[in-house]
Amino acid sequence: MPLHYYLIFSALLFAVGLAGALTRRNAILVLVGIELMLNAANLNFIAFWRYSPDPNAIQGILFVIFSIAIAAAEAAVGLALIISIYRHYKTTNLEKMDSLKG
Amino acid sequence: MYLDIKYLWLIPALPLLAAGLIAVTRQPHRRFAAALAIGAMAISFILACFAFAGTLGRSSAATSFHETWNFNWFQIGENWFRLGWVLDPLAAVMLVMVTFVSLLIFIYSVGYMAHDENFTRFFCFLSLFAAAMLGVVIANNLLLLFMCWELVGLASYLLIGFWYQKPSAAAAAKKAFITTRIGDVVFFLGILWLYSQAGTLLFYDGGSGCLEQNALNELATRATIAGLAVSTGIGLLIFCGAIGKSGQVPLHVWLPDAMEGPTPVSALIHAATMVAAGVFLVARVYPLMSANGGEVSNWSPGIHVSALTVVAWVGAITAVFAACIAVAQTDIKRILAYSTVSQLGFMMLGLGVGGIAVGMFHLITHAFFKALLFLGAGSVIHGCHEEQDIRRMGGLKKYMPVTFATYAIGMMALSGVPLFFSGFWSKDGILEKAHEWSGSHWPATSSVLGVLFTPFHLGVFAALLTAFYMTRQVCYVFLGNYRANGHASAHAGEAHAGSNEPHESPRVMTWPLIILAAFAILLGFLGTPVWPWFQSYLNGIAPDFEFGRLFEGPVLFTLALSTFIVTAGVMLAWWLYGQKPIQSDEPDPLERIRPEIFGLLRRKFFIDEVYEVTVIRFNAWWARVCDGLDFWFWNGLVHAIGYLVVGLAWIDQVFDQFVINLGFDEGCKGAARGGKLLSRLQNGRVQDYLRVIGVALAVLVLVLIWGCRAS
Repeated sequence: MPLHYYLIFSALLFAVGLAGALTRRNAILVLVGIELMLNAANLNFIAFWRYSPDPNAIQGILFVIFSIAIAAAEAAVGLALIISIYRHYKTTNLEKMDSLKG
Repeated sequence: MYLDIKYLWLIPALPLLAAGLIAVTRQPHRRFAAALAIGAMAISFILACFAFAGTLGRSSAATSFHETWNFNWFQIGENWFRLGWVLDPLAAVMLVMVTFVSLLIFIYSVGYMAHDENFTRFFCFLSLFAAAMLGVVIANNLLLLFMCWELVGLASYLLIGFWYQKPSAAAAAKKAFITTRIGDVVFFLGILWLYSQAGTLLFYDGGSGCLEQNALNELATRATIAGLAVSTGIGLLIFCGAIGKSGQVPLHVWLPDAMEGPTPVSALIHAATMVAAGVFLVARVYPLMSANGGEVSNWSPGIHVSALTVVAWVGAITAVFAACIAVAQTDIKRILAYSTVSQLGFMMLGLGVGGIAVGMFHLITHAFFKALLFLGAGSVIHGCHEEQDIRRMGGLKKYMPVTFATYAIGMMALSGVPLFFSGFWSKDGILEKAHEWSGSHWPATSSVLGVLFTPFHLGVFAALLTAFYMTRQVCYVFLGNYRANGHASAHAGEAHAGSNEPHESPRVMTWPLIILAAFAILLGFLGTPVWPWFQSYLNGIAPDFEFGRLFEGPVLFTLALSTFIVTAGVMLAWWLYGQKPIQSDEPDPLERIRPEIFGLLRRKFFIDEVYEVTVIRFNAWWARVCDGLDFWFWNGLVHAIGYLVVGLAWIDQVFDQFVINLGFDEGCKGAARGGKLLSRLQNGRVQDYLRVIGVALAVLVLVLIWGCRAS
């Protein structure tokens, strides 16, 4: 299977994630969309590693592992923020949360 | 034991320190102030004696002995400006004399000023004065000397105006200050000229000082206008400073007026120290004065013109001039003041014709006997209840025996009574040298005037007058009857007569008189022709004792002549004033004989009046012109500039209000509007931001793709 199949797939995945993040009103679903975009990027890492001149090297897989770990941490922080916001506003609707406007 | 040259500065520093401490002492602490001043002066005197002793053994070298200590003061370009002090026989003699006389005068002042409420201030000024004077004496740099010189002037101003509540004292202080300042300006010009020519103001600097041979040779050969050597020009300018300070004609006017100060001040300033500063200055720069590059070609032939010629003439004229005035004065201190001026003229004459030793010898002897006379006069004034007019004294011999005896010694020393009094020997030395000099430097011209008017003849005439006026004064003050309360006491009865009678002064005042009287006699024997120790000491040769010198032609001639002159003067005065007791209201015998001459002399040749209508009127006129100029021109100019500035400020203000302010306001409004517009972008919705990021990403991708295509 050639490389661009993976790349197109990951681009589709990214587009789905972006669409989810942009259209959903619920903060948790937006977070889910962002996770999808991150995974699309991870997929790219793996694909480029696999099709690189030296597929036996371990860097690619390590990158992905790091990235996933950071994504997990980021998701935890994001969820904590959302919980905190929910306690304050009693809602998870992002349209309502505009107190930082100029 | 002698004083190391390094520590010579202590001699002036101690009185200065005392002056500073007394200045911060509170008024009631009289004993502390007096003790401090006298103690500092006594230590200075001891140190001065050590310094003097140090010069004794070594002055017999072939070259004149001097020790110097120089140090850097500040830098001008590459060169350091250096100050220093010098110890040579000249300075050593002056140090001992000034410290000793000052010490006695300090002690005397304790008695004289006992009732003055500003006792501490008086001692502060006295100490300051002594310190400055000692500074003048040891300075090895003409600028340092000048600074101390000005300090002396300041201190004398403060002391003359000590009783500043009296308008006459305040005026006299100002007169003294301004008159001496005229001389000092010229003196300072001389200093600047010397610095520009010689490049140094140090007197002695191991061969490169301005009084040493190298510099002198160079200065003497350079010519200025009218063929005058540079050294002569500088010497004359410096001499102008001496004229002011030493009260020579025509700047003598301040000295008699300066008698407004307390009597110890008169003694200190006008007898021993300040006026001697001028003579000392001439002696100090004597090598410069006497340096002569050769015969002056375009002057009349045969007359050797150097600065010393001028010194001699000014001195001789002053001697006669002031002696004439002294004949007709009635204030006891003014007579002494004019006599001081006259004697200073003698000193200048001595310096001019005979060198340092002759002039300095008279300076030293004069310092002692004139201090004696002034302190005696102070004692008389004190005893007569602040009376200064000799016509209202008389018969004091009976009431004040000690004062009379010492005063008589002083009078005889000043008149030059032969053989036993110092004034005789010192004045005789001057006359002898003047005779010699008049023969060689002033060859008789064809007219009678040329023969008669030589410095020698002027000097002899002044000596005659000196004997005359001193005898007159003694007759007035001490002989005859007491005239102050002649009519009053006769009516008042016995009860008040006792309290009005003059009384002898306290011991603290008479002891200095006795000591000074002893010196007035003894000092003469240090400089007789038989044993010229003093002259040899100053010239740096070993003294020898030779009795035969007394009978050499010129010496014997002057001895005989001055003996005759003194006798004539005393006899004449005695014949006029001493024969019968003077009555209180009768006119002066001289006035009866020649009233017009007497009037002229009493009014001091109208010099003050002449200055009044010339210099002072010109000065006042000039001041008015300057005032008018100030008021109309400069004031107008200042106002015009002021209005100009106000106008500019108004324009500036309009500009500010309508251009700067408005522009600023508009700019601010614009910025605010822009901010409001841009703040809409930040609407707080997270998804809108994300949308922007997404669009930007898409644009970025498109640009990259388009970039790849293009390449």
